[in-house]
Amino acid sequence: MNPGMITNLDQIFVILQHRVAGLFPPLFQPLVAMILGVLGIIAVFPGIFALTTVLERKGLGRMQNRLGPNRVGPFGFLQPIADAIKSLTKEDIVPRTADEIVHFLAPVVLVVAIFLGYAVLPVGRNMVLLNIDAGILFFFAIGATAELSIFMAGWSSRNKYSLLGAMRAVAQMISYEVPLLLSAVVAIMMTGSLAPTVIVQAQSGFTGILPHWYVFTPWGFAGFALFVVAALAETNRSPFDLPEGESELVAGYFTEYSGFKFALFFLGEYLGMMSIAGYGITLFLGGWGAPFSFLEFIPSWAWFFGKLFLAICFFIWLRGTLPRLRQDQLMNFAWKFMLPLSLLNLGVAASWRFLGEWLGTGLTGEIVRWLACAAVLLLAYVLLARVLLRRQKISPRSYRYAD
Amino acid sequence: MSPAMIEGFLFGLIAVMTLAGALAAALLRNLVHCALSLTVTFAGLAVLYLSLGAQFVGLSQILVYIGAVAILVVFAILLTHGAGALPHLFVASSGWRTGWVAAVVVAFVFIGALLRSPLPQSSGPVPQIAVRSIGQALMGAYVLPLEIVAILLTVALIGAVIVAMPTEQGESK
Amino acid sequence: MTLTPYLIVAALLFALGLGIALTRRNAILVLIGIELMLNAANLNLIAFWRFGAHPEFMTGMLFALFSIAVAAAEASVGLGLVIAWYRHSKTTDLDQMTRMKG
Repeated sequence: MNPGMITNLDQIFVILQHRVAGLFPPLFQPLVAMILGVLGIIAVFPGIFALTTVLERKGLGRMQNRLGPNRVGPFGFLQPIADAIKSLTKEDIVPRTADEIVHFLAPVVLVVAIFLGYAVLPVGRNMVLLNIDAGILFFFAIGATAELSIFMAGWSSRNKYSLLGAMRAVAQMISYEVPLLLSAVVAIMMTGSLAPTVIVQAQSGFTGILPHWYVFTPWGFAGFALFVVAALAETNRSPFDLPEGESELVAGYFTEYSGFKFALFFLGEYLGMMSIAGYGITLFLGGWGAPFSFLEFIPSWAWFFGKLFLAICFFIWLRGTLPRLRQDQLMNFAWKFMLPLSLLNLGVAASWRFLGEWLGTGLTGEIVRWLACAAVLLLAYVLLARVLLRRQKISPRSYRYAD
Repeated sequence: MSPAMIEGFLFGLIAVMTLAGALAAALLRNLVHCALSLTVTFAGLAVLYLSLGAQFVGLSQILVYIGAVAILVVFAILLTHGAGALPHLFVASSGWRTGWVAAVVVAFVFIGALLRSPLPQSSGPVPQIAVRSIGQALMGAYVLPLEIVAILLTVALIGAVIVAMPTEQGESK
Repeated sequence: MTLTPYLIVAALLFALGLGIALTRRNAILVLIGIELMLNAANLNLIAFWRFGAHPEFMTGMLFALFSIAVAAAEASVGLGLVIAWYRHSKTTDLDQMTRMKG
């Protein structure tokens, strides 16, 4: 393929957007381009959500030695359509004692907030809806709104399981937001910008055939690992799915939701998972960059969505593998383990920068810097884990309430 | 419609939303409703900051006020059983008449004062402040306030935990 | 847009915050009122920064940023105190908080 064609394929959606916007009078062109971008997001990500539900059910089925959905369409891949029809035609029940307005607003606020989070996510070269300077901050600020909507859902249902689920969810999300932010700050600090596009650009170089992704540095790897764990907790995914632990709380904060509103919660949860995965990819995995220099001819958006697909598979795999945590373990893990490590990681990232200036850019300098930073992080990880494990008095289980 | 008119209309909409949220917080009986309407006010203020070109402050406002303060408030309400208990027959304090009179007087004094004072009526373009320059200012000219705020926040964090920590053994969770 | 509308919104918001702080019975809502007054001040700071002589120095904006941080600290300590008081006396009613001895 010639270079021009590669560029065209890479920019096909951008070109399409310009062509369609060009059909309108110049005054409306920015508006039309914006609406097209919004429509793209609203069409693509729920589409991926629909595929994810099938994939998750089939994947979990395989892990649990059963088939999963296989009735609707070829290999059951039209299952989401059946699900959508079902949830749209179901009766929408609002409990008599519920706070109707808040009960109605909760899923709406959740879905709107989560969709807004996609506005600054670069899904390909030049493919970002709003290229604002403080993009990452925007995402975290909008993500904070989701917590409030979960509280609204749980509180307005007037159901103890809903309320308990909501309190669990909010406590968990607030606790894990701290390490999530701090682990993301590493990438922001090393790039020197809060704009997602700039962060991706900073990782787009190659050494030999290997890319300059942040995950290949010690601080980047530690930051990425912390980010993934915090993201799992933030999106209430297994093993951090206590807020909706069905064995304890029926369905957590959306116990009292049915029909379309329940579907909205479901949608919001998966969209939240995909957006946080998208930001993880942007911050640490090079965004839309190719993993090897000789694969750069593949369009940037294909790389982004490929990575997103892998991230979703990873999430499904974890859900099928790990058991659920206990509430106190969850909180202790956030405050005693994740927080100190992410703070240390910030320090390591800063010293990485200054070691680089001090040791020069030679190969030995690079290796020394890499090993020193990795050693500090590994040592801290091992020591902290040992201390915390020793503190935990492991003894035969006592049943405080069941006696 | 001219762009200025659209801008004015949007400003009016956001301003009314902001003030309506605050008014609802002042009048509603249910405490959680008050807290939720308050978040509308916070969000409206954030949009106003964004419209004034203070992007970083506006987003910080959402992160801090909606993400933290509002959640803190609803948690405090639930922990003090303010939401489940039957609302008092009378939610206002004993001196509520004096309070409202004072508030109205303050509003009139403020608005009267600012309508009489010479204010800059026209402005330049919206200033484009890069986040990088905010960071440089915080690390340069404003490093002392930044450090003091850091200490203040640490002290507040520890202080809040100690104050709210259950003292007796029997109360520990 | 000019400066005056923003200042009027801030003034009304301040008055509403004052009204909440002075008239509500619940200690948490009084704290909310104080937060609203701080927010009104922030709006003033940012509006004056935007329409002032030298927006490039960012003085008003950074002042608002610090003010947000201080307000967050204030809210956390204030709510901690309310919870501690509630644990002690089983009420958040300000009219009943008349004793200074614990």
